[in-house]
Amino acid sequence: MTTIDAKIPKGPLAEKWKEYKAHQKLVNPSNKRRLDIIVVGTGLAGASAAASLGEMGFNVLNFCIQDSPRRAHSIAAQGGINAAKNYPNDGDSVYRLFYDTIKGGDYRAREANVYRLAEVSNSIIDQCVAQGVPFAREYGGLLDNRSFGGAQVSRTFYAKGQTGQQLLLGAYSALSRQIKKGSVKMYSRYEMLDVVIIEGRARGIIARNLVTGKIERFFAHAVVIGTGGYGNAFFLSTNAMASNGSVAVQVYKKGAYFANPCYAQIHPTCIPVHGEFQSKLTLMSESLRNDGRIWVPKKKEDAEAIRAGKLKPTQIKEDDRDYYLERRYPAFGNLVPRDVASRAAKERCDAGFGVNATGLAVYLDFSEAINRLGKDVVAAKYGNLFQMYEKIVDENPYETPMMIYPAIHYTMGGIWVDYELQTSIPGLFAIGEANFSDHGANRLGASALMQGLADGYFVLPYTIQNYLADQIRVPRLSTDAPEFVAAEKEVNDKVKKLMSVQGKRSVDSIHKELGHVMWECVGMGRTKETLEKALARIKEIRKEFWSNVYIPGDGSLMNNELEKALRVADFIEIGNLMALDGLNREESCGGHFREEYQTEEGEALRKDDKFSYASCWKYAGEESDPELIKEVLDYEFIVRQQRNYKS
Amino acid sequence: MEKSINITLKVWRQKDAKAKGAFETYKLDGISTDTSFLEMLDILNEKLITERKEPIAFDHDCREGICGMCSLYINGHPHGPDEDVTTCQLHMRKFKDGETITVEPWRLAAFPVIKDLMVNRNAYDQIIQAGGYVSINTGGVPDANAIAIPKPIADEAMDAAACIGCGACAAACKNGSAMLFVSAKVSQLALLPQGKIEAAARAKAMVAKMDELGFGNCTNTRACEAECPKSISISHIARLNREFLCAKIKD
Repeated sequence: MTTIDAKIPKGPLAEKWKEYKAHQKLVNPSNKRRLDIIVVGTGLAGASAAASLGEMGFNVLNFCIQDSPRRAHSIAAQGGINAAKNYPNDGDSVYRLFYDTIKGGDYRAREANVYRLAEVSNSIIDQCVAQGVPFAREYGGLLDNRSFGGAQVSRTFYAKGQTGQQLLLGAYSALSRQIKKGSVKMYSRYEMLDVVIIEGRARGIIARNLVTGKIERFFAHAVVIGTGGYGNAFFLSTNAMASNGSVAVQVYKKGAYFANPCYAQIHPTCIPVHGEFQSKLTLMSESLRNDGRIWVPKKKEDAEAIRAGKLKPTQIKEDDRDYYLERRYPAFGNLVPRDVASRAAKERCDAGFGVNATGLAVYLDFSEAINRLGKDVVAAKYGNLFQMYEKIVDENPYETPMMIYPAIHYTMGGIWVDYELQTSIPGLFAIGEANFSDHGANRLGASALMQGLADGYFVLPYTIQNYLADQIRVPRLSTDAPEFVAAEKEVNDKVKKLMSVQGKRSVDSIHKELGHVMWECVGMGRTKETLEKALARIKEIRKEFWSNVYIPGDGSLMNNELEKALRVADFIEIGNLMALDGLNREESCGGHFREEYQTEEGEALRKDDKFSYASCWKYAGEESDPELIKEVLDYEFIVRQQRNYKS
Repeated sequence: MEKSINITLKVWRQKDAKAKGAFETYKLDGISTDTSFLEMLDILNEKLITERKEPIAFDHDCREGICGMCSLYINGHPHGPDEDVTTCQLHMRKFKDGETITVEPWRLAAFPVIKDLMVNRNAYDQIIQAGGYVSINTGGVPDANAIAIPKPIADEAMDAAACIGCGACAAACKNGSAMLFVSAKVSQLALLPQGKIEAAARAKAMVAKMDELGFGNCTNTRACEAECPKSISISHIARLNREFLCAKIKD
């Protein structure tokens, strides 16, 4: 049996990271120049890592799937970034941010990692302000904070409803400075297709130039993966169109463990699905729950009349509205964590109280906030979100409540990493959403930006040196090495195989079919039956894909359909892993809700005695199921409790 | 309310950067007006694939108006007829039944066509690389609240920083000028105490790079401001000119 070592430093919680840094190995400046690092991805994690490593003097090769590193999907994060600054003097601290994150993650994250995250959170805010990120400020000129789900303090820094954009542009500007200096070489419109392993260590990648279609080889002493999450396995999600989980699958097939694939976050406040031709879902920031109140009609006949278009929400009297989150969770109200809010919306809609023509929507109402604060104040806080809603739905949210419904948003699962953010393949690191490390079974709002930047600015630049210090004698290897040639051939064969199918179905049509199965069977509520059904259906979809997909054009030139096909082939594998993992985990926790395991009140029921571990899946070949390795989560410092947002 | 329309599309097709392009005409029936413009192109592409033809290449990613990846000249306007939106947020309810819609790539020497409707906007990255940053390294910076910044100044910097780098400003300009893009970054950083230190050098370096890359001059037609999906104001161009002038005087 394979054993697993997370390499968590010994000692008291608050001393672990300091101790690690005090004793880790470092690389001296003249050796840094001789070491190459590949960073794949230019989101918050990738860009901040590439920039920081470049500043330190390493030779960085940075890969980006879009035309520019400024476009990675971190840019779409709206609401904010958490930090334990305690500027509002409302009782926050590093410990409290740590505690809230562990609790929010339903006690399925590693204590040491989460504590480090909370510890470095404050440095991120300092860094971003120094870069010129225009965070919101009070009239006195100091930084403003707002509250977010799962916390009773205001610790979220924000830049209007465009926080992700401003943080990413901050990292992008730092990256641009290094590109000019020549310490980072940027490869935009490139997509990684495989990792190259030489003598058991990651030594480079195979990537496709998306403009020329040429498949190229790149060497490095270490490879860092910052390619985000795999939510697009569901076809419809809040992810960008090119967001994909392919790198996770590539490294998984080369021996890196895939951890907790079933932990997917369903965000409660997205604009509802409106038709079969829909290509993606748009998020309405969680920050709206600060001032918006969520409700459905109290009476079924009112809900039916609204669905039939005979009644407007503004005509429903106050007494006839069910503010179900405030009713069920008095202590946190509309600011319960995302998984709790999502399930509560589903519960009301399933019970027949949903609105919109489909019955799959609830209201997010600002009328009370507008009366209390005035339209101008609400517009200043959320104007861009209201505008976005109006452009999509063609209704004015200042006058009528928004309609929202949960949608796939973020994946907590990902590539397994140890405390140093190193995967189970030496020399291969994973950062940001691509790894599994800090959010447990559910991520709190405004924590994704925090984790991406923590990994990229303040964690990886330290821990990667502990590895590279032993690599200073390794010369730059030729990409003519047999391992590179073999990896490239494998990729070429896969492309040829896909191009030669010449079937009848478009890539999108098969991707949509997979998405339906995932949403129905591996979505907000899962059971043994639905998960088994998913496994059977995914098997059929895999067969259909490899025997009936049609990719037009030439596989050796620019070919968008081929790009999509390569990603969908991997989404099928991820879907399979998610269902397998969900089936194994016979408990409910955070984003993983098994309907068989719930309290009498319908809350997630954890089974700490049996499932207090991270599920790490090890690839075992095409024909067999992967091996499950358990990383036991020891809670040394926190006592696990049933999550309670009621009192 | 949802209804559907029939449209005719005239779309620019160009095999690669060197090929000579041409318009091709396509008919699409029964398009729901709740469809976004890019979803309409998805439907057209799906149809082309069914007919075993090559789909149209176009840039897009976030599809929520923030990444700046989508482009497209639609009926002569960058990002189409609606105001304050990118192409991905444009919906078919803005078009009439029976309408002919012309779709072209950005037309600009500095943004060469890669394929069909896709262009190379690397020039904008190069302008930022010339100086669009504060020269600090990771770590060793002061506490975030060490420097108070008046709220109106911070807000104005935020308005400038809202630029998504899509290229609509240069595409809209008859001179192909990138001044709105350059000024948004110069202005954001010049307004804030963190960026003031390098303000003059930054303005000079970014303008020099812009000229080198073949962008034209600004003649104050304000087309950029009118077409900008993020409503970036040309008052930032005035601030850029001030910074640039100060830098030149110091030389």
